[in-house]
Amino acid sequence: MKINDVILRTISRIVVFIILTFGVYLFLSGHNTPGGGFIGGLVLASAIVLLYLSTDIETVKKSLPLDFKYVAAIGVLLATSTGFGSIVFGVPFMSQTFAYFDLPIFGKTELTTVTIFEAGVALTVVGVLVTIILSISEDGG
Amino acid sequence: MFSVNLVILIPFIVAALLPFTYRRFKKTHLGWFVLIVPIALFVILARLIPSVASGKTYVHTYEWIPTLDFNFTTYLDGLSMIFALLITGVGSLVILYSIFYLSSKESLQHFYCYLLLFMGAMLGVVFSDNLMVLYVFWELTSVSSFLLIAFWNHRQASRFGAQKAMLITVSGGIAMLVGFIMLHTMTGSFSIREIISSMSEFSDHALFMPAMILVLLGAFTKSAQFPFHIWLPDAMEAPTPVSAYLHSATMVKAGIYLVARFTPVFGADEVWFWVVSVVGMITLFWGSFNAVRQTDLKALLAFSTISQLGLIMSLLGLGSIALQFGYSADSVLYTQATFAALFHLINHSTFKGALFMVVGILDHELGTRDVRRLGGLMTFMPFTFTVALIGSLSMAGLPPFNGFLSKEMFFAATVHIMEVDIFSLPSLGIIFPVVAWIASVFTFVYCAVIVFKAFLGNPQPEKLDKPIHEAPIGMLISPMILATLVVGIFFFPNLLGQYILQPAMSSVYPTFGEAVDLTPKVSAWHGVNPELLMTIGVIIVGAILFKFLKFWKPIYGLFSSRFTFNALYSNLLASSVSKSNTITKFYMNGLLRHYLIYIFVFFIVTVGGYLFYSRAFSFDISTNASFRVYEVCLVAIMAVAAMSMLFARSRMTATLLNGVLGYSIAIFFVIFRAPDLALTQLVVESVTTALFLLAFSHLPDWEKEKLPKGTKVVNGIISIAVGLVVVLVGLSVVDFNQFEPISSYFEDAYELAGGANIVNAILGDFRGFDTMLEVVVLFIAGLGVYSMIKLRTKKEDENIED
Repeated sequence: MKINDVILRTISRIVVFIILTFGVYLFLSGHNTPGGGFIGGLVLASAIVLLYLSTDIETVKKSLPLDFKYVAAIGVLLATSTGFGSIVFGVPFMSQTFAYFDLPIFGKTELTTVTIFEAGVALTVVGVLVTIILSISEDGG
Repeated sequence: MFSVNLVILIPFIVAALLPFTYRRFKKTHLGWFVLIVPIALFVILARLIPSVASGKTYVHTYEWIPTLDFNFTTYLDGLSMIFALLITGVGSLVILYSIFYLSSKESLQHFYCYLLLFMGAMLGVVFSDNLMVLYVFWELTSVSSFLLIAFWNHRQASRFGAQKAMLITVSGGIAMLVGFIMLHTMTGSFSIREIISSMSEFSDHALFMPAMILVLLGAFTKSAQFPFHIWLPDAMEAPTPVSAYLHSATMVKAGIYLVARFTPVFGADEVWFWVVSVVGMITLFWGSFNAVRQTDLKALLAFSTISQLGLIMSLLGLGSIALQFGYSADSVLYTQATFAALFHLINHSTFKGALFMVVGILDHELGTRDVRRLGGLMTFMPFTFTVALIGSLSMAGLPPFNGFLSKEMFFAATVHIMEVDIFSLPSLGIIFPVVAWIASVFTFVYCAVIVFKAFLGNPQPEKLDKPIHEAPIGMLISPMILATLVVGIFFFPNLLGQYILQPAMSSVYPTFGEAVDLTPKVSAWHGVNPELLMTIGVIIVGAILFKFLKFWKPIYGLFSSRFTFNALYSNLLASSVSKSNTITKFYMNGLLRHYLIYIFVFFIVTVGGYLFYSRAFSFDISTNASFRVYEVCLVAIMAVAAMSMLFARSRMTATLLNGVLGYSIAIFFVIFRAPDLALTQLVVESVTTALFLLAFSHLPDWEKEKLPKGTKVVNGIISIAVGLVVVLVGLSVVDFNQFEPISSYFEDAYELAGGANIVNAILGDFRGFDTMLEVVVLFIAGLGVYSMIKLRTKKEDENIED
């Protein structure tokens, strides 16, 4: 299926970066303002889907050589291992913690273990979504 | 710092590493690397023997889900010590043996991965103090046993045996889980130690008896007790090292462990005494009786294992009677049955392990285990023969081997039980020594079959595929070590008694004062007494029966193969498959419309019906805020979009209209100040629209379905009813006040979780467990879609090639 849509292609090249940045922003801001791992992951995934829509699958595969099944698997591992991580420190499974640090550029910053967990969620969402969309579109298409 | 938790985890960690590292072991056998694990664990545990012998116990708790009372608590005491030493000790020998048994061409990384998985799970079973954790490890042993039995999965018999073992042990395990939950309901604790200390208050509880029976079901299925023994002979399809390890030395003894562990909980009950001892006795007799007829040596050993497990089980039952009397000088006599059980447990592992390895050698070197094709191997395989002789004589209960000592103690226990004057034992007690003696006669006969038919007599090289020759030295090391133990324990039984068995006795009888009093002095010669006479009788009658075996063997023909438990199992399995097939086909007819009807009707009946029944449908719109113009507009847009979807001509139009609905909802979320929901809704809507369009590109053009008028009316009624229920539920929720709202707790999210976004604090922290499992489910769903599409394509390709 070849779509020769110049406008879509030209715009999406710029827009994809905006969406990707927005996705990362949403992911990081989720702790205190709307956002979070799930939404961030969805936005990132939709950016990648837009890439696939505007150009063809082969081109994207060349420039983004990622197996999204592995992305999802890494996400699941990350999410579950943060749960086990807390056991190593002698606190119950899935306990999360947070603390405030003074970082050079950012100033007083809050660092949390939930962020690692949310990163796992985001990666899983990206991986699963792109895997599903790719396998449906590759099938007999 | 030492922690028993680590002992459990090490095998799992190594098993997880194997798939990544096995390629480095091209030149050497992978087994050498794996062998380090059990040896190291054995040494770690053996160093603790002196302190455990002096009464010390090791407890360590990792809090897992403390709110639900699930904690990863390990408890090392005398009883778990015995089993842990068996698991790691026999495990080392079996892995050493397997290095020579399995060639490097087999997929060793799988074999050792499963074996380590099993080892860790089994250690988990014996060390866990928390019942839920114990249950998880318990089922894990069933799963790893399944994988190991089906190791040669190209054979149909292997797959059948694996499935049978899995089905029987797992259903027992589930029964046991229910029993555990009942125990928790009664005592409010999942910790075995706490349950033991508080159980005396609950012996009249309504759940006491069901919990006991269910826990016993778990133990009996695992330990292959009658009538659940049928899985064990089929499990012999596994490679012989697996049979020696799982199906004679360790896994089948998990049920014994459970019964011993729960003796202080349930043991003071009459039902416990009768069920455990009688089931054990029946198993003992039935196993030994059936072992005699076997011609496959491995099947013979399987039935013999069943029989010996029955022996240990019945001893535990007999020993529980001591709890009736409380601690006194007299009742100590009855605890000796339990002592004999633990003693025989170790002895059985030594001689049966050696015998399994011998049969493995015969199978490996000569290509058969059929006694009809063997014979006269003594002169060709002197070392193998020696080990076989030691193992068989010990199993038959002859001196100077350890089986003699524990067999004598077993006879003594059955004789003592006749003297007890409760539970109508003076009249019924006679069955114990009689059954024990008869079963021992058969035990003697099948031991003689192993020695005489396989190793003595005339060699029959013409029936064998390979020339008769002695096994390589590597395969002989492990059985020889075990055979040495068989003899060594006979001469130094009290060393074992003092360091290993004595602390275990105080775990089974925690209320019985000093463990030293519970440890009898084991001696080979104790004068002429009933048990010695019984042994002599066994030898004489057994020898006669063996001599005239061919004259009385036809009695086995009396048991029709149609009325066995095996036939019952096969019929149950076959009929459950065909019945569920019929039922499923009845409603899963491939019509999507029907599936939707099931879902919607179910929704109307349960949600609508329940809320109607409980009178929860009450709402008062007078207190609601007034509508604003743009809200009305949005609703109008949504209504138009929804209605026009019905008249859409193409899928594309319908999808876009559906998108209009979704985005309007997102705008509603914005209006009602729910930015999180709005964001999620927007993105989800975009992605699903893309997905819909993608999927539709594979479908043919949309044609209006021609439906009869009646169907259309019914569909209309259902859809209107669903809409009505949803609207009513939505309206009623506002005024619903039967429960206290829980939202106030989450308002402190910033203090509790450090996050101002309550939604995400709930998702990632308060209810993080849910989110974690959702992520896993999402991943599985993704894999499901991927493999369904990819595998189907592959299959079609193959068809094209055909």
